[in-house]
Formats: sequence, structure tokens, C-alpha cells
Amino acid sequence: MKPVHVVEGRAVPLERSDVDTDQIIPSDWLKRVERTGFGRGLFSEWRDDPGFVLNQAQFVGASILVAGPRFGTGSSREHAVWALMDFGFAAVVAPSFGDIFANNSSKQGLVIVQVAANDVDELMGLVNADPTTLVLVDVERLCVEVPQYGWHRDFTLDPMTRERLLNGWDDIGLTMRREGAIATYEATSVAPSLAGLFDDAGHAP
Amino acid sequence: MAGRTLYEKIWDEHVVASPEGEPTLLYIDLHLVHEVTSPQAFDGLRLHHRPVRRPDRTLATADHNVPTDPISTPVSDPISRRQLEALEENCAEFGITVFPRGHENQGIVHVIGPELGVTQPGMTIVCGDSHTSTHGAFGALAFGIGTSEVEHVLATQTLPQQRAKTMSVAVENHAPQGVSAKDIVLAIIARLGTGGGAGHVIEYRGEAIKGLTMEGRMTVCNMSIEAGARAGLVAVDDSTIGYLRGRAGVPDGDAFEVAAQRWRTFVSDDDAVFDSAIVLDASTIVPSITWGTNPAQVVALSGVIPSPEQFDDPGERDATARSLAYMGLTPGTEVRSIPLDVVFIGSCTNSRIEDLRVAAAVVEGRRVASRVRALVVPGSHRVKAQAEMEGLDEIFLAAGFEWREPGCSMCLGMNPDHLAPGQRCASTSNRNFEGRQGRGGRTHLVSPAVAAASAIMGRFASPDEVGR
Ligand code: SF4
Repeated sequence: MKPVHVVEGRAVPLERSDVDTDQIIPSDWLKRVERTGFGRGLFSEWRDDPGFVLNQAQFVGASILVAGPRFGTGSSREHAVWALMDFGFAAVVAPSFGDIFANNSSKQGLVIVQVAANDVDELMGLVNADPTTLVLVDVERLCVEVPQYGWHRDFTLDPMTRERLLNGWDDIGLTMRREGAIATYEATSVAPSLAGLFDDAGHAP
Repeated sequence: MAGRTLYEKIWDEHVVASPEGEPTLLYIDLHLVHEVTSPQAFDGLRLHHRPVRRPDRTLATADHNVPTDPISTPVSDPISRRQLEALEENCAEFGITVFPRGHENQGIVHVIGPELGVTQPGMTIVCGDSHTSTHGAFGALAFGIGTSEVEHVLATQTLPQQRAKTMSVAVENHAPQGVSAKDIVLAIIARLGTGGGAGHVIEYRGEAIKGLTMEGRMTVCNMSIEAGARAGLVAVDDSTIGYLRGRAGVPDGDAFEVAAQRWRTFVSDDDAVFDSAIVLDASTIVPSITWGTNPAQVVALSGVIPSPEQFDDPGERDATARSLAYMGLTPGTEVRSIPLDVVFIGSCTNSRIEDLRVAAAVVEGRRVASRVRALVVPGSHRVKAQAEMEGLDEIFLAAGFEWREPGCSMCLGMNPDHLAPGQRCASTSNRNFEGRQGRGGRTHLVSPAVAAASAIMGRFASPDEVGR
């Protein structure tokens, strides 16, 4: 993934709680075998409504999504992260997130900014009052800011996730440095092998 | 030293490395793969010229996207067909066992793992699907992962993980007659809320959980994610061992006894301390349905649709009003008076043989209400074959149900089985999100018994109303 230091841009307020990954990217989009092109499917059911916030001219081109509690719950589909990023979002600010979604985001470089519910409300208020407001998410300093109003909130990321974002590190590459430890562990592992168990498998009857 | 919880025992046994300041590297014993969350992971491997580290600890099946039409019918949607072919090609290229559409072992990934005996106590199990928690019924640490992590496990057979917090959910006393595992887990989710389990691994305990069959325990663990928890667990006991005996993936004879002895250690110690604990009284749990668009919005079958005014929190009031509008429901309406268009019996929550037996017993000798489309989608070919041996298919067909080929089907509406806009469905699946079963569709989560009775009555109903 690409390194992320600072995300700076306009923000969109999505004033809903429990925005699950089925809403972020509905299941008809999951048939694709590619990793790109999911932006068109982002919130596709809601986007049919002309009044939906992402359809409003003043929010087009925003790079930060601000949402209600429990954003990204439900299905493990990483397609939700791909869709948000493909659409142009680089950070999501909310009071809480679905575990798997937050994890998937960290692998792709989508910055997850968890701040208190009233801070999210304040931020939404600022953005609603003036959609051209610039918002800044700083991974280095671990804060979200609206410089124009001197509004500043800190957030936390586990140190490893922060390092990976800042350096654009590939998780698999990092783990592969531990090849020796994995091999040592495997030598004592009692987990069964499936080799030879289902010999007839591998093709349709 | 205080004793350890079941979660801690499994965790400790799988630590590959715990470098200072970094997440623990955890070994994965079994990786289950399906067609939807894997193609991009295999592409990643190819891009970096990486092999699959342990094809012998990896097992794939087609489930999410398969049509449930007769196997002889080709997959008509070209994009779906491509995805199913990609799974077979990828597995062939990387040496992974795969059960494609129509194979005797094919089925929903969380149904086939246990039934083939490859899900075993004390294991770490992952799959690119959030309902991987199902396997926790066997005292295995099982959780859903995204596609990047699928690639990571394929390449390294490990995952960097932060240790979760532990939560004990004790369901004490016995559930009344007619209350199923589904009703128990809906009660738990209603109590915890959709985020109540976040950051935790739940261990389900207490008399009511002990009293469940393995299939019932799977139903409970399956829905852990709907309370925000990453995984659910049940301690190993005689039921666990009894279920596993004789299955394809477990050893025979003396070797089984040796394995069973080890498996029996996968229980929390008496003096283990959980980070949090809640207790429910099973004797107060009643048959229930969900009325809204998240799985914590639960109401008794004998109750009425709630009103936004019942909630003090303004956020919750708004969410309730929005759910009611989406679901097309008016506060105060009696649940039992709400008419249905579709009844779906299937999904990794409730599509196993016991679920089908319960449903068949309710519909035997009756007819599905004329305006209702009712379908049964067995969880796997093995479940389907067993049901057919017992004559359950005849019962369903005679009652006017469709009897379809196995897969995820209308649980997520990726294949041609989905709701039309505005259609109302009683579903034995696990998610009632907006549009989950088809754009504009309205999903109510129910137990197999309630689904069956509701199909007959054309509205929400309990089995004892049928044929009155
Ligand atoms: S049946 Fe539904 S919940 Fe279960 S694995 Fe399939 S899509 Fe996921």
C-alpha cells in the first residue's frame, strides 16, 4: 500500500448509525474478481436518492467521511474499503467501527479515526455549516483538525498500524521476516493435515 | 496464578512470535476459503510470486454465489460463473482442495467444516466471512477476516493479532418448550446491542447453552458478530466429542480417544477471570423475531411493533423511526398480524438437519399460504442428502415449499434468490440489514419453527397456531 501521512480535504457528514458493509457495498457488487472499480457501487442503493448526501454538489470530491457510531459493522467484505477508497475517501471519522472493517482499512491505507460521539457531532456541524471547510487527518501526530476554527482532537491508533500507514508497509512482507519462527512453531503443531483426506475433490462431478 | 479462559488457552497455544511493540503473530490451523473473498487474494499471491504455505491446512468450497437451481442448469450470470471458475482455477493452481458446485461435500463453508469434522476443538480457524464465529461452538477460536488477511494467511499460515478482551455470557436455567437456539441468541444480541461485544471474544456458558445440541450451539456462536464480537466460544463437553466421533476429518479408534482427551482440556478454568460478564435467565426467553434493520431490534412473537417514543436516546429514536419506515411498519401493530410474502429457511445460522427436521414437523400435512413463496435451501449437499433420506423433501414439497440446492442463497441475495422491493420475508438467516436479501427487501429474522409456521399461516405465527 501507499504511505499515508496526512489526509487533507473536504468532509462529508453521513448522519447515520450502524452503517453496515452491506450498505457500503451491496452484494451484487461482490461477484467481481477484480480489486478495482468498486467506487461506482459505493452506497449504491442510497445514491439512487437525489437527496442523499453524497449526491449533493457541495460534497463532491470530499476525501473524508464523517459518520455515526458502529460504522462498517457486519460482513467481512473488504470490498467496502475498496469502494470507499476507489470513490475517493482516504479517511473515515466515527465514534466506533466494526472490528473487521477497521482491520481491513488498516491493510489498505484507509485511515480510521475514532473520536467521541460529541466530537463527531461537532465536526458534522462545522462541515454542514460550511461544506468547503478543510479538514485534516494527521497520522503522524494522530489528530484530526479543522485549522480554520482551531478545532483539534486527538485519536489513537495502535503503534504498529500507525507505522504501517506511515511507511506503506506490506503486512505479508513483514510477517515473512519471521519465517524461522513460523517453521519452528509448525514443527510442534498438532493441527491435522487435510492432505489425502478428500482425494476426489478438486473438480465438479 | 489465576486460571485461564478457554480463549486464553487457545491463544497461548498458537503464539508464533510476540515481538515487543507489535501485534502477536498467531498460527492459523485451518483456513476456509470461498469464491467471493478470495480471488483478489490469489491475485496478490501471483503478483508477488508467493506460494500457499499450507495447502493442506486450507479448504475451499463454493457457496455465496452458487445458484440453487438443479445442478444440471448452467450458471446463467456470466460474472457469477467467472467467479466460481476462478475459485476452481485458483485452487488447482495453488494445490488447494476445493468442493465446487454440485460436489457431494459442497455447501456453506460454516456448515461443511463441522460436518466433515475438519473443525476441531482448540484450533484457530479463519475464513473470509464474518460468520466464521460459528465454529466456536466446538471450542475453536474462529473469526472472520478480510481479503488482505486471506492473502496473508494463504502466504504465511499466520495472522498478526491483538489479544481480544474476554466476555462471559451465561444463559442460566432451562429455556421453555418452544424456545430455540435462535431465540436465545436473539435475546443475547438484544441485550448486548449491535456493538456490545466489540473488541471481545464471547464465551457462551450456563445451563441453557450446555443443554443445546452442537447444531444449536453453532446457531448461537454464528451470530456473535451481530453483537459486534469477533468470535464466540462454547467449552468442549460430551456433546462436542459425540458430534465429532466418526466424522471424515477426525482420527479413528484409539487415536480418536487420544485426541478427545486433549480436546477436553479446552474449557475455561474454574478460577478464570473474564474482562466482563453478563447473565441471562433462559426461563424468561420467548420465541422472537427482529422487526427492524439491525439484529438487536428484537421483539417477542407475541408482542407489538415498538415506537420511537419508547427510546430516550435521540439517536436511537431516529434510528428506530428510520428502521420502521424502511420496514413499512406502524408502531403498535401486533407481530402476529403482519402478512408475509416470502419465507426462507436456510443460511449458516439455520440450515442444518435439525433445523430442517423442526421445520418439516411443523409443515407436515399442511399447505403454504397461497400468497407466500416459501423455500428451503439446505446448508450443504450432505444435509440435503440426509434430509432426502428421511423424506423431509417430500414433506416440504407436498406443503408447497421449494426444495433447492445448497448455498448461501437468500441469506445475502447474491444469486438469483432474492426479494423484490417491498417484499416482506421471514428468514432463518442472520442479518436483517437494509437490502441484504435484495434491494428494498424487508427481512425479519426468525427461528426455523417460526419460519415454518409463518409460511403456513401467511403471517408471523408460532407452531402451535398451525392447523388450529
Ligand atoms: S449463509 Fe449468509 S451469513 Fe452464512 S456464510 Fe453464507 S452469506 Fe455468510
